[in-house]
This record gives sequence, C-alpha cells and structure tokens, in this order.
Amino acid sequence: MNVVEQTWNWFTDPASWGGSGGIWIRLAEHLGYTGMVLGISVVVAVPIGLWLGHTRRGGNVVIGLTGALRSLPTLGLLTLFALWIGIGLTAPVLALVILAVAPLLANAYAGVAAVDPAVVDAARAQGMKEWQILFTVEIPNAVPVLFGGIRNAALQIVATVTVMAYIDLGGLGRFLIDGLAVRDYSRMVASMLLAAVLALALDGILALVQRMLTSPGLVKEES
Amino acid sequence: MTWLFHNLSYVGELTWLHLLQSVLPVIIGTVVSIPVARFAAVRRSRGAEGAGGASRARAGKARRGTVVNAAALLYTIPSLALFVLLPLVLGTAITSLTNVIIALSLYVIAMMVRSCVDAFESVDAAVLDAATAVGYRPARRFWAVELPLSVPVMAAGLRVALVSNISMVSVGAVIGIQSLGTLFTDGLRRDFTTEIIVGIVLIALIAVVLDRLVALAAAVATRWQVRS
Amino acid sequence: MNPVSRNASRREVLGLAAAASVLGLTGCGLSGKNALGPSKGKGTIVVGSADFVESQIIAEIYTAALQNAGHKAESQPAIGAREAYIGAVKQGSVSVVPDYSGNLLQYFDKSATESTAEDIMSALAKVVPKGLQVLEPSPAEDKDALVVTKDVAKKYGLESLEDLGKVCSDLKLAGPPEFQERAYGLPGLEAKYGCVPAKFSPINDSGGPLTVKALLDDQVQVADIFTTTPAIEKNDLVVLEDPKNNFLAQQAIALIRKDQVPQAAQDVINKVSKTLTTQDLIRLNDRVSGDEKASTVQAAKDWVSDKGL
Repeated sequence: MNVVEQTWNWFTDPASWGGSGGIWIRLAEHLGYTGMVLGISVVVAVPIGLWLGHTRRGGNVVIGLTGALRSLPTLGLLTLFALWIGIGLTAPVLALVILAVAPLLANAYAGVAAVDPAVVDAARAQGMKEWQILFTVEIPNAVPVLFGGIRNAALQIVATVTVMAYIDLGGLGRFLIDGLAVRDYSRMVASMLLAAVLALALDGILALVQRMLTSPGLVKEES
Repeated sequence: MTWLFHNLSYVGELTWLHLLQSVLPVIIGTVVSIPVARFAAVRRSRGAEGAGGASRARAGKARRGTVVNAAALLYTIPSLALFVLLPLVLGTAITSLTNVIIALSLYVIAMMVRSCVDAFESVDAAVLDAATAVGYRPARRFWAVELPLSVPVMAAGLRVALVSNISMVSVGAVIGIQSLGTLFTDGLRRDFTTEIIVGIVLIALIAVVLDRLVALAAAVATRWQVRS
Repeated sequence: MNPVSRNASRREVLGLAAAASVLGLTGCGLSGKNALGPSKGKGTIVVGSADFVESQIIAEIYTAALQNAGHKAESQPAIGAREAYIGAVKQGSVSVVPDYSGNLLQYFDKSATESTAEDIMSALAKVVPKGLQVLEPSPAEDKDALVVTKDVAKKYGLESLEDLGKVCSDLKLAGPPEFQERAYGLPGLEAKYGCVPAKFSPINDSGGPLTVKALLDDQVQVADIFTTTPAIEKNDLVVLEDPKNNFLAQQAIALIRKDQVPQAAQDVINKVSKTLTTQDLIRLNDRVSGDEKASTVQAAKDWVSDKGL
C-alpha cells in the first residue's frame, strides 16, 4: 500500500530523525512529559491510597472517586484548562495527572487493603508501630498490585500525551496532529508506531523494575 | 445554563451519538472477547487429562500468553491514531462513525480479553467436573454453568472498559466526528467554557448511569450468588 | 475539525480523495449528523457546512434567505472537513455548501498558483467538477493574516510583512499546525519575506481564543488568525499588510449542485453573497463566539431580516 511505502520513506529519511522537530527530540519530549506526569501523579495518589489501605477504611470513597476520575474525558479537561490557563505545560499536565491518578489510587489502596490481616496482626503482636507495619509489611506485600497501577497509568499517559499536541505541546503527538492538519498519513502512521513502541518499551522496563522490587517470598511458584 | 436550554436538541443529538459510539463498541468487543478468552483460558484441571497433560498445559500457557499480550498490544496504540488510520485500511470515509466504532471495539477487546480470561479461570474446575459428571455436554455446560459462573469477574472488567470507552469517544471530535466531544472542540474555538463543562458533566453522567446499569444487570444475572 | 476543515485541501493524499468520492456509500450511512439528519423531501435544497462556526453561520444565512424567498430549504450543519462536505455535494445528499475561493481552488487543483481574488475566480470556474458550479463571489472575505499587538507593532515598527521579515528571527509565531507546511505558511514567509521566526507554536483552535491569548500574554508576538476574527478589533490588533500576496484571497462563495438548485434559488444565494461583507462576518462571528453566544441559526436569521432578504 502506498501509505506503508511513504511511512517507510519517512522513517529512512535522516531528516525525520534529527533537528528540533525530529524523532529523537519528540521522543525525548514525550518521555519527559510522561515522566513528569507520572511523578506528580504518584506523589499525589500513592500516599493517599497507601494510607487509606492501611486504615482499611474509605474503600467506598476510593472506588467512587476512581470511578468518577476515570469517567472524566481528558480532551474536555484539556480544552477547559487551556481556556482558563492558556498555552504552555500547565493545562495538559493537569489534565493528564487527573487521568493517571485513578489507577494509581485504586491499586495503592487495593494492594495494601488486600494484605492478609493475619500477617498485619502478627506484625502488630510483635510490637511494630503502625508506620513500621505500613513500610515493612504492607507496602512490600502490596508491590505487585501497586506496580500494576503504575504500569497501567504509564501506558495511559504515553498514549494520551499524543492528544495533548492539540494545544502547542511537543512529543510524538506532534507528528499525529501536524500530519492530520495537512492530511499526511505517513506521518500519522509513524506517530502511531513510535508511540506503541515507546509504550511497550516503557512497560517492559517497568516490569523489570517491578521484578527487582518484589520480595522473593511473593513470587508465586510456577503453577 | 441558559445556553443548555437553548440548545437542548443539539446537545441531545450529540448525546445520542455519544451513546451510540459508547455502547456499540462495548457490545461488539465483549461478544468477540468471550470466545477468544474461552479459547485462551487455561483450565486448572488436576491431572484429569492423564498422560500428555503436562505438555498440553504448557501449550495452553503459551496460547494464553500470546492472546493476552496481543490484546495488550492493541492498547498501546493512541486512539486518535486509530481513528485516522482505520479509514485507510477499511476504505471508509474519515468522518464516518464506523471508524470510531471499530477502533473503540478494538480497545474494548484489548481490555476485555484479559478480564474474560481471568473470569473463566476463576471458575472452580471441580464445579465443571461435577457438571460433566451429572451428564452436561460441553456446549450446555458452557452456557449453563461456566458462563454464568464467570459473570462476576467479567462484569468487573466490563465496567472498567465501558467507563474508559465513554471518555475515549470524545477524542473523535478532534477529527470532526460528532459526539459530546464536539462540545470541547467547539467550546475551545468559541472561548466558551460553559459548553465544555456541559460536555464533561454529561459524559460523566453517562458513565455513571451505564456503569450502574451493568452492575445491576450483573447482580440480576448472578442471583444464585451467596452474598455476604 | 477547525483549521483543518478550512484548509485541508492543499495537500491531499490520493487515497483520501478516493475515499471521499465514495463517501456516498460509506460516509452517509453512519456519518455524524447524516446518520440522524432529517430525510429530505423531494425538491428540498439541503445546505451543508463545514464544522467551524463561520461556515455554519453562512450556511444558515443561505437557508434562511432561501426559505424567505419561498424555497424549501433546510440546513445540515457541521458535516466535517472539506473532503467530507464536498463529497456530500458530489454524491447529492447536500445541494449547497459555503466555501472560500482560494481554498476551494487549491482543493480542486493542488498545483494552482493564483493568489489574487480575480485570478482565483477565473481559475476556479475551470476546475470545478462537472455537475457542480460556484456562484458569484462575495465581497466578504476571510483569509489568513499575521497579526501583532499594537505594542509589538510600535516596538519593531511593523506595518507589513516586509517589516516583519527584518525582525522575524527575534519573534515567536503561533498558528494552526498546518501553517508550518502550507505554501502560504512558514515556507511562503521565508521565500517571499525572508522571515524565519524564532519559534512556532502550533495551536488547534482556528486562530481562536488560545492563539489570541498567547499573543496578548506575549507568549508569542505574531499570530496567524483569520481576518474575520472579532478579537482583531476588540484587542486593537494590527493586521500586517501582505504586499506580495502571500496569503490567498478567500472570498465567501457558494458551491452548488446544479441539478438541485434552480435558477431562482441561485439568484437568492447570489443576492446574499452580494450583500454580505467582511464586517458582517466579523459581527456575526462575534455574536456566536463573543459574550452573547447566540446560536448560529439566530445570528443568521437576524442578519437576513435586517437586510430584508
């Protein structure tokens, strides 16, 4: 097909890779936004989720809140914030953080709340303080679920950052939005491929990190 | 608010289009996901398969991994890209709703295959063996025992897929496909936050209502379940 | 789809053009409004429009004027980008659409080089496909223009794009994403005026509020916006002159399907075009997008009755 060939030509053209609007820069921008949003979201959502999970209270609040957050359309938030704040990083980052908070909060809560109460009670019986229980017992036990949330959030951010190019932002979405504006499909295909590869690579790296952070006692034997 | 009352029919039309694009993909995606997941799910049987069970189990696991990972791969593609590129593959017009419905069906499949696999695997093998023992043939066993028993886990996945889908529909507005998302792009151009807020609220409302409906339907479908 | 819809014509991928020509088969079954649009009765003139505000206003004006003159007419707003609404005219589900002369010419003939109003009109008459026709152009025009704030104009002594060329490298420019690549965009500025801005900010709001806000907040110093944007007058922005005709003339013009629009109806639309001015477009845009937020239908009806059409 024609578009496949054009896309190939675009990828093999050195001009596509270098320069201020080249693939390398766009990739770096995309990763930068993703990292920033993920960082902010983790700082906002994870402590709250962990604490609520530790107290084993507020389960309904968390479920309700994450459900509500999930139902907010990111494009709507982006346009709304942009009209209020103007162009620049703030509006898109804010919209993306709201998107990413839901899975992080839900999984941080679920991870801790799901730790076997017998284990927690045992720790308490040994005279551990509450914060010790949280940090040395519950969080290590919650790592797999917590990381599930982080990986989910990261995937969603990587995919959605592309939409943010709608309003003066770099990243791989530039190829998509600029290509769309002049009906250059090859660039849009390229944008899609690059975003997918980036998402897969990021997910792979996070999976590795997860494996390193997970306590050996939690790794299920091959069944 | 006055804007909303003056434009009720317009907003109503967009709401209808939004509903259409939200619900159809979820139905299509779920219908596709169930057989795929059933095929991929690894039955936790206890040696009943006799000799060759081990190698069959290994093959089953590979199959499960392939299907689940392929579905996850779909999810990494930005929705906007898919909306634009499907017309090239399908030969449809770029502004056609068909593209959005097919694209979103793919996302639903990406999410649902995983939860359907989990759902089938959550069914206790002993129950299935018992059904076989009392004379259920495979087809009847699937419809009467296995599928109903997997509804709770499946419904949980369905609700997540549904809510994300409702939000994703609005992205189509960027390429001119009408939905409540049109209120966002139009509001942006007209410097009109009321319009955008109406869109956000309506989308959240649709999400809540449909989510409750699915939860209710699942509860009705699993009345046999002992609730604690 | 905002700016795209208006300018999408310039660089079409062949596949898309092909897709547009079979739009009747695939597009209309399930395409946006078409899926729900009222089924037109026999002899009804359906007025379509692109999915941005001004196009919808002009379409509603055609509709109201036709109705007042005793024709059966209805509007089908916001069909989509140019390939979608022109496809709909070709296929016959829409009888009339408003468009702009320069962009329409570029859509039908990508290699066209005409840029003045008269040249465009005579070239356009030759490339319109069989069965379709453009009616008389209106003096009302909505074209791309580079604007700056009064302060910036004073500081750098800017009146025309030639002045801009000298200081361009110190300034940041905002516009829709296609401005980076279209002949009249950055390439044209560089070729005709030697202007390469320090940075380009792509914003998808058709030179709307965000672009204007970026300009007023001095995040950018130059912006590409449409000449009928009310914000130009409201904020006392300076439209830079374009002595070398970098920007194409864009007169409002109706594209019709001959077999569905009788001569009497064509006369009505021609009369509308003759009466409509650029100033009217600015005012109409302001009613719809300004503080009033009037509906396009209301704004159009008021204008038609004001002019006694």
